Amino acid sequence: MATDTEVLAAPPIQAIDERVARRPADRRGILRSFGVTFFAVVVLAAFLSPLLRTTMMALKTQEQIGATNAPLWPATPGTFEYEGEELDVYVVPMPDGTSPELALLEPGRQSSVFVDPANPDAEPITWEGSWRALERPWELDAHWENFGEAWTIIDFPLLIRNTALLALIGTLGTLLSCVLVAYGFSRFRFPGRNFLFLVLLSTIFLPATVTLIPTYTIFVELGWVGTWLPLLVPAFFANAYDVFLLRQYFMTLPRELDDAAKIDGAGPFRVLWSVILPQSWAVVVAVAVFHIVYTWNLYFEPLLYLSSKPDLQPIALGLARFNTQYSQQVQLVQAATLMTIVIPMIIFFLGQRFFMRGIVITGVEK
Amino acid sequence: MAIVELDSSRVSGPSEPRFSLAGMEAIWGYLFISPWIVGFMLLTAIPMVATLVFTFTNITLTGDEPLRFVGLENYERMLGDPRTWDALGVTLRFAAVALPIGLLIPFAIALLLNSSSLRGSRYFQALFFMPFVIPFVAALFAWAGMLNPQTGWINGLLEFIGLEGRDWINDPDWIFSALVLIGIWGIGSAVIINLAGLQNVPTELYDAARVDGAGWWGQLRHVTIPLMSPVLFYSITLGMIGVLQYFLVPLVLNGGDGRPSGNTYFMNVHIYKTFFTFQNMSEGATLAWFLFLIILAFTLVLFWSARYWVYYAGETK
Repeated sequence: MATDTEVLAAPPIQAIDERVARRPADRRGILRSFGVTFFAVVVLAAFLSPLLRTTMMALKTQEQIGATNAPLWPATPGTFEYEGEELDVYVVPMPDGTSPELALLEPGRQSSVFVDPANPDAEPITWEGSWRALERPWELDAHWENFGEAWTIIDFPLLIRNTALLALIGTLGTLLSCVLVAYGFSRFRFPGRNFLFLVLLSTIFLPATVTLIPTYTIFVELGWVGTWLPLLVPAFFANAYDVFLLRQYFMTLPRELDDAAKIDGAGPFRVLWSVILPQSWAVVVAVAVFHIVYTWNLYFEPLLYLSSKPDLQPIALGLARFNTQYSQQVQLVQAATLMTIVIPMIIFFLGQRFFMRGIVITGVEK
Repeated sequence: MAIVELDSSRVSGPSEPRFSLAGMEAIWGYLFISPWIVGFMLLTAIPMVATLVFTFTNITLTGDEPLRFVGLENYERMLGDPRTWDALGVTLRFAAVALPIGLLIPFAIALLLNSSSLRGSRYFQALFFMPFVIPFVAALFAWAGMLNPQTGWINGLLEFIGLEGRDWINDPDWIFSALVLIGIWGIGSAVIINLAGLQNVPTELYDAARVDGAGWWGQLRHVTIPLMSPVLFYSITLGMIGVLQYFLVPLVLNGGDGRPSGNTYFMNVHIYKTFFTFQNMSEGATLAWFLFLIILAFTLVLFWSARYWVYYAGETK
């Protein structure tokens, strides 16, 4: 029992570790290893760079985003407090070739008067030239309040609540239906089983569009538009991916334990509950994490059925709606984007092994 | 044979169950798969047939016209409508760009992750897979930001190395590249599947190829790719079905208006607009079946071609 769990929980790559263990110790091998790893780091950095940009943008002010010559990181132009006044700081090229950062005291057309923030008690400096042509120094300044603002405007707690509830009920429905169906396909012989399983698999290849119009019409007729029912009810009728994943796993479990339980008088439900499921928790978790990620990604169905009910919408649709209303406030959209990403990311890092193993089962073993 | 089984159980006495053991097993089996059977009938089979029936009628969502059969009128109108062919053209051109890239990049990354010279492969795997869980709307905003002509890092990089930046999302020549980049975070599962496929290649075959004098390319060409062909077949089939139905990103990007120059007016966008925006139910249904038949045709060709290039190890057929 434990070995099956270990097989599922093991990272897909075991060969790598062995190869690392007998890595050639010669200099060429080390050099090659360094080169390949460095290349992978560069590719990965490019691949993930939008996450960094989104974080940087989310911490900026709108003025910085609009400014040319502003740095990539969140910053604001420097200011200096002088005799109770907030003065703007500029980079001033001096006749001696240095470019100190000076605070503008008296702007003038031909010449302006500056004070040196490093030495405010000294005589103010008069500088010949147009201050408008000067550049301002940018100082690191992260505007964390953007997250608070986006949080309130988008009503993040409501979106999270909706998404979490949809994920919870949908996961329950998916698990309940898919476990039963997978159990039926993996443990019982009945006429037409192989044909029906083939039909089930073929629904993976069926374009959703060809069933959309009548399905939508039925949900309209049932009065389900504006409710969660069109999003939740289908989850209780099983889906090909998860049934396949569970069935493939159930097939690997030894039948001897089933038979032993049956001899002890256990019925089919009892066998499922007491023998099959306790050995399958890892694959059950995989189905659950897949469904949670699926719910976080839901956009089209809520768009069809919940457009008139913003209070019931899940997060991806909420984020898209926020973008259409606040597209000018780039920093807020990027902050909301980052907040939307955080929870699926946490779920990923917690359930990483289950994800990867589940994908391998559905993708390779077909 | 069910009748014989029933009879035999009756013969064996009144205390015996009405059905034989095999009969009981079958009943339990049907009972357990019944959620899927019911769901398949209600949510797949009946709607599919209904869509087909709609294509021969003048049905509308509001029902303002008396319902009648119109024969092939919807098909004639659809085939005579240039928008149908424009949308199909955009879809096929995008598929021709996105599908090879969608196959090549995960394969290349999987090769990199499978390299014996790579240190910390497990961490790279996790990080390359991670964006897969990011909702596509969020990925769209993150990548659209990267592609922004003023504040995006891609133009920033191009200008830094002395090339000219471009307005990716609003330039008809570059929108496909932009859409491919916007979707790039979805490759995680394909990378994992490719990697698992690579690890299933027996190392003896590489040793044998090396003995025969094959270099890196020779091993890739004569060992890796043939043995990976089932994985490639799976990726091509699902990738093709996905890309021919592509429409969510354009829908969020511009509400399905086709900008720039109709280059995001995909077939599925056309169906969506016809049905939901213009409320034209029968034409929407006709387009949906048209797209279904196109996808079916491509799928059948792929399955037919599989026998010539997909290699199943241990296959006895």
